[in-house]
Amino acid sequence: MTLALSGLCKTYSGRHGPVVRAVIDLDLDVAAGEIVALLGSSGCGKTSTLRMIAGFERVSEGTITLAGRRIETLAPHLRGVSMAFEGYALYPPLSIAENIGFGLRQSRRFPSREAVMARVAEIAEMLEIGDLLARRPSQLSGGQQQRVSLARALVRDADLHLLDEPMGQLEPQLRAVLRGRVKAALKSAGATAVLVTHDQTEANAMADRIAVMEAGVLQQCGPGSVLREAPANLFVATFIGEPPMNALPALVVPSGLRPLCAEEVTIALPAVPLPAPGSRVVFGVRPHHLDLGAGALRGTVISQQWLGDQAHVVIEFAGHILVAVSHARVSVRIGETIPFGFAETHVHIFDGENGRALAHGVMPA
Amino acid sequence: MARSDVRAAGLPRFLRAFALVLVLIFFLFPIAWIFLMSFQSNEQILRIPPHLLFTPTLMNYRALISGKLITAAGSLDLPFMRNLGNSALLSAASVALSLLLGVPAAYAFARFRFRLGENIAFTLLSFRFAPPLLVLLPLSLYFQELGLANTYVGLIWVYQLICLPLILWIVRSYFEDLSPDVEYAYRVDGHSWWRAFTRIAIPLAGPGIAAAGLLAFIFAWNNFVFALILASADKQPVTVGALAFVTASGIQYGQIAAAIVLSILPTLALALYAQRWLVEGLSLGAVKG
Repeated sequence: MTLALSGLCKTYSGRHGPVVRAVIDLDLDVAAGEIVALLGSSGCGKTSTLRMIAGFERVSEGTITLAGRRIETLAPHLRGVSMAFEGYALYPPLSIAENIGFGLRQSRRFPSREAVMARVAEIAEMLEIGDLLARRPSQLSGGQQQRVSLARALVRDADLHLLDEPMGQLEPQLRAVLRGRVKAALKSAGATAVLVTHDQTEANAMADRIAVMEAGVLQQCGPGSVLREAPANLFVATFIGEPPMNALPALVVPSGLRPLCAEEVTIALPAVPLPAPGSRVVFGVRPHHLDLGAGALRGTVISQQWLGDQAHVVIEFAGHILVAVSHARVSVRIGETIPFGFAETHVHIFDGENGRALAHGVMPA
Repeated sequence: MARSDVRAAGLPRFLRAFALVLVLIFFLFPIAWIFLMSFQSNEQILRIPPHLLFTPTLMNYRALISGKLITAAGSLDLPFMRNLGNSALLSAASVALSLLLGVPAAYAFARFRFRLGENIAFTLLSFRFAPPLLVLLPLSLYFQELGLANTYVGLIWVYQLICLPLILWIVRSYFEDLSPDVEYAYRVDGHSWWRAFTRIAIPLAGPGIAAAGLLAFIFAWNNFVFALILASADKQPVTVGALAFVTASGIQYGQIAAAIVLSILPTLALALYAQRWLVEGLSLGAVKG
């Protein structure tokens, strides 16, 4: 393995406020040639983690090992990492070409100025900034500056590339193109990268594994398909996927699940291993796994929207709100009571106390 | 429509120019008047009513540069050029020392949180609050004791009270405005902390450092009280030296005016030189963010 974070903690001592624990006991391994995304909402500790790896934040506790060396106390320039900054951080007086080539000038692999410039031109071409090389950072738009920052990180032959929200400022279309190209470039170079993002599409598109963080704690790390099909807890289940997973608090009864505050209704789940009757659980099913128009359950339509390629139908079921997604137009009226159901293979059961996953309809292979 | 717009814009432009001229007259009049005075003899200056037309004389400048003041009561030695040299030496050395100490300190205060950091920074600023006369008596006693009274070293040291807080606080705010990420990027690219500081942080804060240095220079140049108490004749700057123009036979207005003109010149030259830096800073500032 190339990068290993072990028991990593970041605590900001609050001299003028409470102590903030930004990262709590983080263990994460990244194999050589692997791309891992740190995914989470703002303030979840993902950027703090990245900056600790780069050496901009002191590590409060724990160790960082990169390519067999303990690096957590080394100065940034001795760690062998490159970084793309969310705020670009370009050198204002230098041209774009000089900005990108800056870190190469020390490299032995590029002894001549021509070799550096050829490499710079190549990477700039890939990121669609080849025609901007003679300009200064102040003459570029935010999206262009961001690509320069990304180019500066990718051009270097580092043990680890750290990418902090590398595409946040780009046009959606360009973003889609560049995700593929950047991933391909990293893969063909056999490069290892840690990517910080709050955009799950970006994480899914670029990363081999996604590490979901919340409140400083790593919730789950795995391929995108595992996060979707077997989320480790309720947070990951509702965080991954759009619209979020339906989560229904329920009580286990002998015949299945009884939604809280609903005396009459029972959801029968004969094939799903449920905890002992009387346990509190949360029943989860993704919106596009709810089948409208057929099934044993009954719900009242509250609203429906056609989004151009899919329909979102909101139904009330036993005092709870459920969202269903259908890729075909559905003809339901607001206020109408309709039957609905789901395949048992698509349900998730979480512990009602701590949110831990107890059972998944589809067990990952 | 468009034509009336042009005419409407033309009038305010004329008014603006007019207002500008008024403001300039208001501010430049004393300087212009002193400039004219410096080419007149005492008798011409004291004529009532004053005349705008006169035959200019260089006698004031000649007296200052030769160091011989001829008055009705006789000839008087006048170390004005030496005073001017003292002023230049004291101000330049004080600002240089302040920059040497203040810029790294400002960087530390801007970039790092450390125990008592804010308190130290504020204490340094508070040197500017204290009236100089309050500290002068104990200071001069200590300086006598230490052998620092009437030395350049002692004066430059005391001038730090003027220059250091100014430079520290102005430069600090410049460093705070610069994103530390640029320095981080440089460090990740394979450079030590020290090189990031000298190659990235200082050049980017250059305009602020130039502005602070210029301001500190002007304050140091114009200082009067410290030098009055702590320096004797051969170490005095122009501000104190100008007292010599108040002679037994009257006040030498012409020479005072000429002395003022001569003592403005170095600061003016410095300001004009530093202006290029300040403007460059504005265009650099647009890059931030």
